[in-house]
Order: sequence, then structure tokens, then C-alpha cells
Amino acid sequence: MAFIPHTEADVAAMLAAIGARSIEDLFAEIPPSLRVSSLAGVPEELNEMEIGRLMSERAAQDGTPLSFLGAGAYEHHIPAAVWAITTRGEFYSAYTPYQAEASQGTLQTTYEFQTMIARLTGMEVANASMYDGASATAEAALMAVRANRKSKSARILVPTTLHPHYRRVAVAMASNQGLRFEELPYCTVEGVTLPASLGKYAGEDVTALLIQQPNFFGRLEDVDALTDWAHERGTLVIAVVNPTSLALLKPPGGWGSRGADIAVGEGQPLGVPLSSGGPYFGFMTTRMEYVRQMPGRIVGRTLDTTGREGFTLTLQAREQHIRRAKATSNICTNQGLLMTAATIYLSLMGPQGLTRTAAASHARSRELVAALVRTPGVRLAFSGPCFHEAVLLLDRPVAPVLKALAARGILGGLDLAPYYPELGPALLVCATETKTAADLERYRASLSEAMQAARAA
Amino acid sequence: MPTREKVIFEYSQPGRGASDQWPHYVGVAPLADLPAKLRRSAAPELPEVGELEAVRHFTRLSQLNFSIDTHFYPLGSCTMKYNPRACNQYAMLPQFLARHPLAPESHGQGFLACMYELQEMLKEVTGMQGVALSPMAGAHGEFAGVAMIRAYHRARGDLKRNEIIVPEAAHGTNPATATMCGCVVREIPVNAAGDVDLAALKAAVGPNTAGIMLTNPSTLGVFERGIEEVARVVHDAGGLLYYDGANLNAILGKVRPGDMGFDCLHMNLHKTFSTPHGGGGPGAGAVGVAARLAPFLPLPVVDREGERYRWLTESEMPQSIGRLSAFMGNAGVLLRAYIYMRLLGRDGMRAVGEYATLNANYLLKRLRDAGFEAAYPERRAGHEFIVTLRRQAREFNVTAMDFAKRLLDLGFHAPTTYFPLIVPECLLIEPTETESREMLDAFVAAMSQILEEARQEPERVRSAPHTMPVRRLDDVRAARHLDLTWTPTTQH
Amino acid sequence: MSNVPADLKYTKSHEWVRTLKDGTVEVGITDHAQHALGDLVFVEVPEAGRAVKADEACAVVESVKAASDVYAPLAGEITAGNPKLSDAPETVNSDPYGEGWLMRMRPAAGAIAAAGLLSAADYSQVLAAEGG
Repeated sequence: MAFIPHTEADVAAMLAAIGARSIEDLFAEIPPSLRVSSLAGVPEELNEMEIGRLMSERAAQDGTPLSFLGAGAYEHHIPAAVWAITTRGEFYSAYTPYQAEASQGTLQTTYEFQTMIARLTGMEVANASMYDGASATAEAALMAVRANRKSKSARILVPTTLHPHYRRVAVAMASNQGLRFEELPYCTVEGVTLPASLGKYAGEDVTALLIQQPNFFGRLEDVDALTDWAHERGTLVIAVVNPTSLALLKPPGGWGSRGADIAVGEGQPLGVPLSSGGPYFGFMTTRMEYVRQMPGRIVGRTLDTTGREGFTLTLQAREQHIRRAKATSNICTNQGLLMTAATIYLSLMGPQGLTRTAAASHARSRELVAALVRTPGVRLAFSGPCFHEAVLLLDRPVAPVLKALAARGILGGLDLAPYYPELGPALLVCATETKTAADLERYRASLSEAMQAARAA
Repeated sequence: MPTREKVIFEYSQPGRGASDQWPHYVGVAPLADLPAKLRRSAAPELPEVGELEAVRHFTRLSQLNFSIDTHFYPLGSCTMKYNPRACNQYAMLPQFLARHPLAPESHGQGFLACMYELQEMLKEVTGMQGVALSPMAGAHGEFAGVAMIRAYHRARGDLKRNEIIVPEAAHGTNPATATMCGCVVREIPVNAAGDVDLAALKAAVGPNTAGIMLTNPSTLGVFERGIEEVARVVHDAGGLLYYDGANLNAILGKVRPGDMGFDCLHMNLHKTFSTPHGGGGPGAGAVGVAARLAPFLPLPVVDREGERYRWLTESEMPQSIGRLSAFMGNAGVLLRAYIYMRLLGRDGMRAVGEYATLNANYLLKRLRDAGFEAAYPERRAGHEFIVTLRRQAREFNVTAMDFAKRLLDLGFHAPTTYFPLIVPECLLIEPTETESREMLDAFVAAMSQILEEARQEPERVRSAPHTMPVRRLDDVRAARHLDLTWTPTTQH
Repeated sequence: MSNVPADLKYTKSHEWVRTLKDGTVEVGITDHAQHALGDLVFVEVPEAGRAVKADEACAVVESVKAASDVYAPLAGEITAGNPKLSDAPETVNSDPYGEGWLMRMRPAAGAIAAAGLLSAADYSQVLAAEGG
């Protein structure tokens, strides 16, 4: 039997020790009426050779198209060492480090991760990861309600330039606790939230303001003005940031005169493969004064009984296994293995590597946009600076164009029609350091053909 | 085991780096368009180390861990069984890794076929009518489940049902989840035999009852024998039953939650379906529902039309509780669970429940013979059981925590300690089906050795561990003097 | 057995109450409670000026293995939280009835009588019944 080492002799000896006649006897406490006789809907077993064949065929079906998709998940180079080490059994098959003395590897890695993420975001303290960027954003909103004691409204302002899926996750995960998410409009010329649009909230109790930088369109928000506006009126600021971009862009800890209060984001760009959407990891950081309001595991450095340094889970009284119904969150399992990969990735990239990666991604996306807008019927949607993705406006529906491109082995970006119908035919495109000049040229040439094919259709 | 490894920042040297990993091309004046006021003023202070230094550092760190691949890990409620390497290798085929979550269905038929078949297999093993895969951990699945229960009552105009009943021995995630869903928690006791106190349950249910959350076998390691009556009481009161799938491994292929009367459940794919725990995650907490809750399932859900697989759209599921992840949840974990289920097949599934139960009952019997006290001596173990060390604590002044730490010295990961809270000085022990009889016997020998040490030289047990990279750590100091990020000036 | 000073009043949830000369009261957690929690690592006290109802959670005491709410033993207004505890939570362990006080309150009219506080002897019986 797969992965069960017992011989018939073992079973006989074990049953004899127990004093049972058969394995069936061991289930005697379960009412017979509840017992299931077969699992006809589960196929017969495959051996490893057969599953290998099946999975290889399935993978081949999906192919490896040339992708210009971004929208919250980004293709970056991943050093071979990252996953060679991450999948070592000692990391891969370990449990949550509750037995600290037998888990110093995981604990120290987490401490190093917390340090790197705090430095990257310019914040004081980071936790050991959340599920993904979207759920971290939802948890940040819940945390802001706990942290902002002066505010009683549980109102959270959400720019519509925040990733549409993040907005939906925030509503799904936080509205049961009475949080109200109110959407802020964006400027259709510049593709950013206008501080002037906040005027209508003058004098009102607002718990927190979410700001995504770069925003969903790739555009850069005026984070200083938005942050100062919020702080002047007792509203907390939740930053949602792309970690790669932080090598170039002002970190949330430096926004405005006081810095953001909570910063979260999707960690996937840091050494985690795209993998159809997960497993990724969310990161979460804050000021030390709010650390007890932060959900999720946190590792601290301490001493052992002989005075040697060591690492342990700390501030556990915030968590569900101790605080139960009054915990900061129900989160237990996090994304530890992905956090491990990110820690190795950041160690290999270092300040220079991450900065070069961000710069190269930015350069390639600018070159991509410059090439694509040469195509008749294609223009840039918004004026002003972007980071590594941008919105293009087409003179015809986007879906048929993307379909024609896909038939040529190119994933040309994300059709924004379902999310921002007011923009008309709009396409979000992304290029990172993984794209070559030849890749960009292939997209440009194919787009011309696809536009013509779409018009003909 | 090796001893201390420096913090990576202590290896850092200005100007050093794994430059082979960095892009050569960074464009021509690439940053000219980024306004200075939006720019970072100095590069982030990340470590500057060579590739070999980084590889050695993290390899050494890994060697400071216990793991399933290196040690027996009988952690109750956590199902630490072998994570087959094939599951990792074939989930990490290059096309799967490279696939963007927003790639069109035309470039995802292979992946979607796996997801669809996984949904179908999970329905079959749980007796449920609908499955959604996106919750990213057990607690996330619990959230989805209770949120669906609330949405169900609301959709019927039954607005006052906001109470969730949980047994006092429940996992902490159960009450925490109820709170996250805006519900009020009502705890009920279990009786001396480990079953739910039916009189207390009957007194607790009423017009405000949204539902009950149960684990079965329970966190006490025993099968809830009154489950049919529990279901009747809760359903008659208008509530729904939520199954916490943490202990599904015990009954896989033998009993199905749907047949017990549960309306909704989550499965910890990182337990029952053997995806790795990764030092704390990722997990995957797929949810299953009876027909009446199917309209409320979280998105995305995979459907099949003829030979084509596709996502159900939001307009097709207007009552969905919504999205719980930016994309598809922990897709790569789901692929690993799919591969594991295909490797086991229907007979293998049944064998999981059978051999997990055999191992647990054998280990329980051997430990009792060795002088340890079972918390529920009259009961069969499910796939795990509780030993209470209250007598040893009294006679030798040696606690469950001391036993746990001494086990580390002897090469065994400790069982779960001090959970559930209602049993004093407890060890919750779950051997899983993938361990051999010899390994179980070796564990009994280690426990017997510690018991003897507790009699003869208790200080040796109390001061354990002696052979690990660190001795017992000062948790109080860690919480009073928070040191959560490394700085060059950190002093102790 | 834990220490139960005879001159204080108590609650079943293990708070103590001392009436001060000016008619305000001082509130803390009992020796039994601090012992059950273990070494405290964090204490959160209420801000002065806050009005509280009897049995309202208004402070938090946290150890590495537990966190508990502390309830107002009677209705009134908080006049002070103990400022020393943010830096030295261990004071509650070392001197629960003295320097480790949590908050001072001005009782609402009739609140002391309405609170049904226990005498030292009655509280000792509560502890005995709990097995403490």
C-alpha cells in the first residue's frame, strides 16, 4: 500500500498487542449505519511512473506562452539555489516551530525575514507572513480598526485604484465584523487617486485609508499628500506595496511626515513562482506601538538557560490557540515555506540585485509601452510615471485581440473591461527583467497582426 | 546537531553579492521619469553576501530543524506523515510553475483538469455535494464555512442566528473564526467519556443558533458516538453543522462527514492529503458543502463543459461569499494534494484511515503497558490519543513539557503538549499511518527511558533538552524585551 | 495557599478592590490570579476619564501562556491607570496588592453597594471551591 510500511506480520503482531481481531474491530465505536462501503468516485491508484506521465502531459497542455501579464503576480528570475534549499526536507517537511529547540532553523530564517521586510518597507516590525497580499490587506483593515482606538466608525476608504480582487477579498473577509469599505474614485486622465476627492470626508470619522503603490494601473500615487491628509484627521494609513518596487520607490515608513501605520503586500515577486496563483505569501509590517494588534506569528530573539542566543515564537497571547474568541485573527498556518524562499531570494539579490531587478523591469515596461503605442489604434491611457506596468487603450474590444495573441503563443495582458468598464477597451500590460528586446519586438509585431485580425472578425 | 549559525547580516560585506543572479541590462537612464519625491533615498539594507555564503548559511539553518524527513514527529492534531517527493516534483513541472494566475483557460486546461478532478475526489471522500479549493489554510476554510452558514441564514431572512456552539476542547481557531465572522461563541462541555454533553447542547441551541463546529474524531482523540443525535438536535433547532477536518485522516475511507449529518467542512490538505507543512505553511483548506450551501461557495470554482474546463463566473454564483484570495488560493499545494490522491487511489484512501488507527491504538496500548495513563482508557483511539502525566507531575515533579523536551534529546519530535486544555499535563500523540512498527516501538522505548529517568534522576528530565542547538529558551524575556528585527547594535 | 489580605474586597473573577481615603477605589488582580497566569509580560491599563460599567472589560494582563481581561468590579470613572506597568509588568507578580495595582476609579453613586463584592473570607471559599 502506498506509503504504508506494514507487513502482514506487523499487522498481526500489532492487533495481537492491542487485543483486537481485525483492523475493522478498531472502528467498532462508529455507528454501523454511518460506515461507507466504497469510494467509487475516486479512481484506482496510479504508481509514481504513471502519475509522472499524466502530470507531464497535463503540464504540456498548458504550454509556456510568452506572458505580459502582471496585475498582482509578476514573472521574475528565481535563482536556482532558492528552491533547491527551500525544498530541503528539513525546511519542507517541518512543522510550525512550536518546539523552539528543535526548530531553530525555521525560527532564525523567520527572524531574518522579519528584518529584511522591515528594512525594505521602512517599518519597525514585520510578522512571519500572511496567506497572500489580498488577505493581508483584509487583515490590515481589521487591524486598523483595533489600533485606531479614537475612531469608532470602522470606515475604511479604499481607492478604486487598489487591485479589484483585493477590494473583494477585503469585503469578504472583514465586512462580517462590521467594517464598511467606501470606494474612492480615480482621475481618468491620470489614473491616480486625487487628494482633492477626499474633501467630502472633512470632519467625518474615518478609521483608515488604504493606498496601493504602485497602484493597480502601475501608476504612482501621491503617497505623501494622501498620508498627511489621513494623519491630520486621525485616520490610519495602510500601505499596499510591491516589494520589488521598494528598491526604487519611497518605502511606506517614509510616506508623508509620519509614515504609513501598517504596510502589507504580495510577497510573490520575491522568489516565488507564478504557479497559477499560489502558494504566495503576504507580508505585514507596522509600528512597534501597534505590534500587539498585528495578526500572525512573530519570532523574537531571546536567551536560553545558559545565556546563549536563540529564537522563539513570541507575543503568542495575541493568537487563536491562546486567546481563542478574542484573538487578533483566526490565522494559524501561514506561508512559512514561501517566506523561506523569499529570505533566500533577498539574500542572493541583496541591495544591488533587487535595485537592478526593479530598474530593469521598469526599463523593459517603458520600452514595451513605447513599442506598442506605435501600433495604430493603441495609445497610453494615463499620463505620469508608472512602475513596470501600464494601461493601454485600444480602439476596439480587447478580448478578441488577446485571443488572437494567445493563438500566437503570447499572453498580451489583462483585459480591464470586467473591472473598469468606464475606461472603454483597456489593456493592462507588464514587462519585467525577464523580457528581452526580442520578446518586446515579438509582441509588437504580433499585436499589429492581432489588431487586424480582430478588426476583420 | 550543529550549534549556532550567525545571522545572515553578520556575513554582509559592502559591495559583495551573488552578481550572477542580477540582470545585466537595466535600460538607458531608466529612472529619469520617476519623480525624486517618490524615490527611495538609499538602497534597502539587505545582506550583501556571495552565493556560496548564502547557500551554506541556509543549508546550515535547515540542519537546525527537526522535520518528517529526518525524525518521527508524532504531533497530535497535526498529521505529520510522509510528504511524498513525487507530489513536489510533479507539481513543480516548469509549465505549472510558469503559469500566470490570470492566464486564459485556453492555456490552463491541464491545470484546470487537475483542479476539477480534485474537487470531485474531495466530494467523494467527504460525502459533500460541492467543493471550493481556494481557502489557503484550515482556519481560512473555517472562515469560509462559517461565512457560508451566516450567508445561508441571511438569505432565508433568518437574521438573528449569530451564535456558534463549540465544545470546550475545540481548536482555538474555531472560536476565533466565529468572532471573525461576527458571531458569538457558546462553549459546551464534553462528558467524562469524551463525548459532547447532549443535555448541555440541548440547552444551548435555540432561535439564535447559527451552527455548531465539531471535530470528529474529537480533539480528545475519540469518535463522537452521539454524532447522529447531535446532528438531530442542531438541525431541529434550525442550525447547521460544521466539520473541522483537522482529524479527517482518522476516518478517511471509513466514514464520511456528509453521512454523519454535517452541512459544511474544511479539509486540511496539508494534513490528510500530505502536502508539506513547510515550517508553518503553506496549507490548503478546501471547503465542502451540502447542496443547500453550494450557492454560497467562495470563488473561484472550476466547472466542466464537455471536454473543456472553465472557471464559474461571479454572475453564475451571485450568492457566493466572494473571493478569499487574490487568485486561486494555494494552487501549487492543491496540485500536490491531487497527485497524492491519485497515487493512493480509492483503496489507498481506505488504508490511510485504517493504518492511522491501527498505529494509534498500538502505540496507546504499548504506552499503557509501559506505565503511562490514558486520558480516556475505556475508549478506542482514533488516529491520535491523549496520555496524561498528572501522576508523574505529582510524584516526580516532572511535567509534560519536561517529557517533551527530553524526547528531543532522544531523537523524537515532541507530541502536542498542553492541548486540549481540559486534560492536565497532557501529551496528544498522533503517529500517522506512514510510520513503521519499529519506529513506534522505539518511541515507546524512549518514553520508558524518560519515565525511568524521572524516577532516578528527575533533574536530567527537568533541564532537558541537553543536545539541541539551544537549551530551553526564555519566553518571558522574549516577550518582555521584544527583539524582532536584527540591528548591528542589538546587545544582550 | 495564596495570599488574601483581610482588609480588601474581592470579585469572583479575581480582582481586588481597596477603598482609599478620598472615596476612590484602587483595583488590581489577586495573588491567586497572578500566580495562575505566570510571569506577566504585558499589562494594558485604561485611560483616565473613561466611564466603565460593572463587569466591563477594561484592562488586559498577559503572560506567555495566557491573556486575560480584567473586569471593572463596579461602575464608575477611571481616574488613573498604573503608569509603571507598561515598563514593569512583573510588578503585578511581585506585589499584586501594592505597587502592582492596575487602576483607580471613582465609583458611581451607589456602585459599591450594588457591586456585591466579596469579603476576604468569602473569596477564600471561592478559591477553595476552585481547588486553589
